[in-house]
Amino acid sequence: MGLSTLIACHECDLLQRRVPLAKAGVARCRRCDAVLYRGSSSEDLDRALAYTLGGLILFLIANAYPIVALEIQANRQAASLYDTVHALWIDGREDVSLLVAFTTLVTPSLEISLLLYLLIPLRFGRTPSETVAVLRFLQRVKPWSMMEVFLLGILVSLVKLEHLAHVEPGIALWAFGALIPILIAAAGAFNPEDIWTKIDQVA
Amino acid sequence: MNQRPMTARQLGLCACHTCGLLSKWERGHVDLTCPRCRSHLHLRKPDSIARTWAFLIASYLLFLPANLLPIMHTNSLFGAQSDTIMSGIVYLWVSGSWHLALVVFIASILVPSAKLLALTFLAVSVQKRSQWDPIQRTNMYRIVELVGRWSMLDIFVVSVLVALVQLQSLATIRAGHGAVAFGAVVVLTMFAAMEFDPRLIWDPQDDAS
Repeated sequence: MGLSTLIACHECDLLQRRVPLAKAGVARCRRCDAVLYRGSSSEDLDRALAYTLGGLILFLIANAYPIVALEIQANRQAASLYDTVHALWIDGREDVSLLVAFTTLVTPSLEISLLLYLLIPLRFGRTPSETVAVLRFLQRVKPWSMMEVFLLGILVSLVKLEHLAHVEPGIALWAFGALIPILIAAAGAFNPEDIWTKIDQVA
Repeated sequence: MNQRPMTARQLGLCACHTCGLLSKWERGHVDLTCPRCRSHLHLRKPDSIARTWAFLIASYLLFLPANLLPIMHTNSLFGAQSDTIMSGIVYLWVSGSWHLALVVFIASILVPSAKLLALTFLAVSVQKRSQWDPIQRTNMYRIVELVGRWSMLDIFVVSVLVALVQLQSLATIRAGHGAVAFGAVVVLTMFAAMEFDPRLIWDPQDDAS
């Protein structure tokens, strides 16, 4: 019996037979409805790479420019993403500063760069040497990337400040707004299952 | 399949946590690794319930300080003010942004407390090997995993405010101790959800059949 023709649901452990899927198809567990795997198409890789590159550019813009500026009586204060981490650190809240840095700077940049490390060579038909370790790491780190929550946080703070002062959205805010759908699209096009199958074929 | 549906465990197989590949499970063999990705293999997440409880208890301990201690201190020409999570929501509500007040209430109060209760319920039900509606409980687990991260909202609001409102004599905002406790609750409940193994919900029913 070939074990690779079977799949166990990761949420309820039910054993099921793998069937080939059309592109954009989704295989769900027949007992608990968990998503087992998705159908793949040859453009997946191109799309994932395009979205991730777009994400990289937007991420750089989102970090390089101020998110918002605040004006009270000719006093102007602008804050970039890094400034929020820095201000908490100076304030003596190193623990919160590290948490914010980890979830909005470290994890997203690791995610984007590691995806590119995998996708660029794969696009040219080569499998990068650390593929297995990188895939494992990406899976671990994914829940801690919280850009979309951060965007909502910015919006809430804008409303809070509106009553006190004149607030001006910065370039980075728009970059953030565009970054979130693009990261979701990249995650949707990136199909680790395909890479595992490739590794199987090489071995 | 014509036969009765079986789980991987019943057939002596285990799926890799990382790549999903099925391998033969050898009882008593501790150091099995996945032939494809070299991850350690476990039939179920190791000590799932004990670890979930550990993170849950720690979250409960920090839950009160997270909600009672101020998460930020404001100093302005109009005087000094300390805000807890709840008073921040009340402020949004009375200043006319009831929709944002609702969003923050859901993310900061409703989600964390519902998450703690749901995970406690799941841990207890699995420990008692309950067979009550596994689909319902699996869905509950999925929702807990999906929404947990949104509780970070208030931490990000505080961090943006602290960075922006540093206008020497006019107004300054500083983060309070509540922010530390609240951040810790979010992280700990995320760990608790990650350690929980939803397959344990289904095991008692599979053993009985």
